[in-house]
Amino acid sequence: MSGVILVRYGEIGLKGKNRIYFERMLINNIRRSLGDLQGIEVTREHGRLYVKHEDQPGKVIERLRRVFGIVSLSPARVVLLDMEAVKKGALDEVKDNLRSGDTFKVETKRANKKFPYQSPEINSMVGEYILKNIEGLKVDVKNPLYTVKIEIRENSAYIYSTSYLAPGGLPVGATGKGGLMISGGIDSPVAGWLAMKRGVEIIGIHFHSFPFTSERSKEKVVELCRVLATYGGPIKLFVVPFTRLQSEIKKNCPEKFYVTIMRRMMFRIAQKIALREGCTVLFTGENLGQVASQTLESMAVIERVVDMPVLRPLITMDKLEIIEKAKEIGTYDISIEPYEDCCTLFVPKHPATKPRLDEVEKAEENVSDYEVLVEEAVEKAESILVAPKEGVL
Amino acid sequence: MREIYLDNSATTKVIPEAVEAMLEACQIKYGNPSSLHGKGIEAEKIIRETRERIAGFLNCSSKEIFFTSGGTEANNWAVFKAAEKLKRFGKHIITTSIEHSSVLEPIKELEGRGFEVTYLSPSKEGIISLEELKRELRPDTILVSIMHANNETGALQPVFEAAEIIKNISHRAFFHVDAVQSFGKVNIDLKKERGIDFLSISAHKIHGPKGIGALFIREGLNISPFLLGGEQEGKMRAGTENLPGIAGFGAALKGLENNVEAHWEKIKELKERFVRGIKDGIRDVIINGPLDNRALPHIVNVSFPGVKGEVLVHFLEQWGIYISTGSACHSRGGSVSHVLKAMGLKREALEGAVRVSFSALNSQEEVDFAVEKFREAVEELRSL
Ligand SMILES: Cc1ncc(COP(=O)(O)O)c(C=O)c1O
Repeated sequence: MSGVILVRYGEIGLKGKNRIYFERMLINNIRRSLGDLQGIEVTREHGRLYVKHEDQPGKVIERLRRVFGIVSLSPARVVLLDMEAVKKGALDEVKDNLRSGDTFKVETKRANKKFPYQSPEINSMVGEYILKNIEGLKVDVKNPLYTVKIEIRENSAYIYSTSYLAPGGLPVGATGKGGLMISGGIDSPVAGWLAMKRGVEIIGIHFHSFPFTSERSKEKVVELCRVLATYGGPIKLFVVPFTRLQSEIKKNCPEKFYVTIMRRMMFRIAQKIALREGCTVLFTGENLGQVASQTLESMAVIERVVDMPVLRPLITMDKLEIIEKAKEIGTYDISIEPYEDCCTLFVPKHPATKPRLDEVEKAEENVSDYEVLVEEAVEKAESILVAPKEGVL
Repeated sequence: MREIYLDNSATTKVIPEAVEAMLEACQIKYGNPSSLHGKGIEAEKIIRETRERIAGFLNCSSKEIFFTSGGTEANNWAVFKAAEKLKRFGKHIITTSIEHSSVLEPIKELEGRGFEVTYLSPSKEGIISLEELKRELRPDTILVSIMHANNETGALQPVFEAAEIIKNISHRAFFHVDAVQSFGKVNIDLKKERGIDFLSISAHKIHGPKGIGALFIREGLNISPFLLGGEQEGKMRAGTENLPGIAGFGAALKGLENNVEAHWEKIKELKERFVRGIKDGIRDVIINGPLDNRALPHIVNVSFPGVKGEVLVHFLEQWGIYISTGSACHSRGGSVSHVLKAMGLKREALEGAVRVSFSALNSQEEVDFAVEKFREAVEELRSL
């Protein structure tokens, strides 16, 4: 089976002198995403991409719909620049989709002015041909059930009738690299997806408190990264052993500051790993006011320990919106699997919702040598290269 | 890292003899038992031998043994087909609140279809009362299903006495026994226990492979098939047989032959050593269930108040010690055990319960190491 898919990209076409760079990145990402499929060829022409393939069209489309930077796509027929061929191609395109009584119209774009007929002529010639060959159809130019689109280009004509929406955004890698602090919960994978959507290549940083949390909770994070990787390619995931620090905090700090101090330690570790990996920002799934550590005051006190910008794509979203998004991108079902993750075990009964920086800093000093423990956690972090999940595409 | 596997009521390690038998069934005697030619006959022989060995073990006829995909399928078969067979005589079923979910769920399904169900409740030690059974039996009772040994506490249920009571009071009701945990640990003589109509067993609890088990159906009951579509298992359970599974099951059983009592003694010693060890070394230990011969020799359920079971499981894991919270099947669901709840455990004991279960493959030295690590873990966790 062979076919061509017409790929439209919106925003990146507008980026002036950066355009070449973005297009090249998009083409690379498309090639990577389709790398294991049959007969893939990607070409660029007049602000469009054409993906030729010899694989199942459904599979190619599903993959492309996960490539950031693409706005929409249409599987197309490619025919010779010849009126008879265009007519036949259009008829083939509608044949299986239209039945007696249906309405349709033909819409032509003639980019190649050397073609001997003008768009309105082509519309009516093709329309007539279809009417003659399928009984009971009607043309309706205002409100048709079905629109056959014809594009007359440099070397061939393209005929298509269906468009699929893709997520838009920017090609992953085009805007930089960031460290995503990822838990097994619902929020952080969505934050990662949104970062990727704006062209950020992400690495995952996960805090694992074995044996307070199980091997399975780590597997769950790997699984979430596998889903994210279906959008942006393989993801490097760092699993940071966090037990030691957590126990020390629990033994030495006032209960109401557990969470604040724990998060400060996490940020310290995350920044060190992110820097080493060439990231310039951190992303988190934090979102305003859900739990004690997510009040504005808490965030301020926590963020104090790092110099990198901390970006929070979900900051203004409602929980329900986040859940919707998680379902849409395919992480929700994994996130709700019930394994305890490291936060639930060390949750104090009455956490401080408005921690004061001076008090927290003082309490934190009770964890002797925490710099050493932070360094040790960074050193011992396990790195896993997570490939895209199969079977979803 | 060394591995000390103390989760033998969840499943057991397959012994080398069983692995060999399975390999042989995959690579050499791989024929379809239904085939006319020699390869088929060779395969059929494996099935016959295992079936006869099981029958020998249970002292019943090999015609009464039907292979299934395990204990779960055997339980489903017994419950559904027994109820279907007798529903015109009544719609009352008796079971216990401590059954395995593969009995409880089918019975719940029947409840939804209009059957009335009485759940016998256990004592504090996890044993049901025969008096209660006597009281609850009614003329329209058509099925009683009681497990032989509970998978979470090891508590043995008085199924042989129950069989007599049922046959004396009700001439009609079928009696099903889920013997998945007790099979191979306690001798069961089905010639003698004539009141038992169905009995479920499974290979992976006795060092055989997973995915193979059997249901005993007493001859003459005229029960309907569980799967249609072939001549296998006397047309009662169609489908090409799980030959490697059956071969492995047979080999695992062979390892137990004439050995059940000796096994019991050996495992019991391990358990007693363990219980003594933790009681001496750790303060505030609660044993859930009986410790004497009213329980299987290999299971002990224990709580350490102040310590969450799930955390303890993972804590021990770092030394290669594998145990379980509640029962393997629902320990992933995050909810508390229905068995321990039915026994009336207090919240703290409920959340802290872990199950330690031994096998003849464990050694005393392993037990001593485990006790030491339990002590360390509980101390550390209580200090946090
Ligand atoms: C008491 C009991 N019944 C039934 C089963 C189910 O057997 P199987 O795992 O072979 O399906 C088990 C164990 O899993 C069990 O412990």
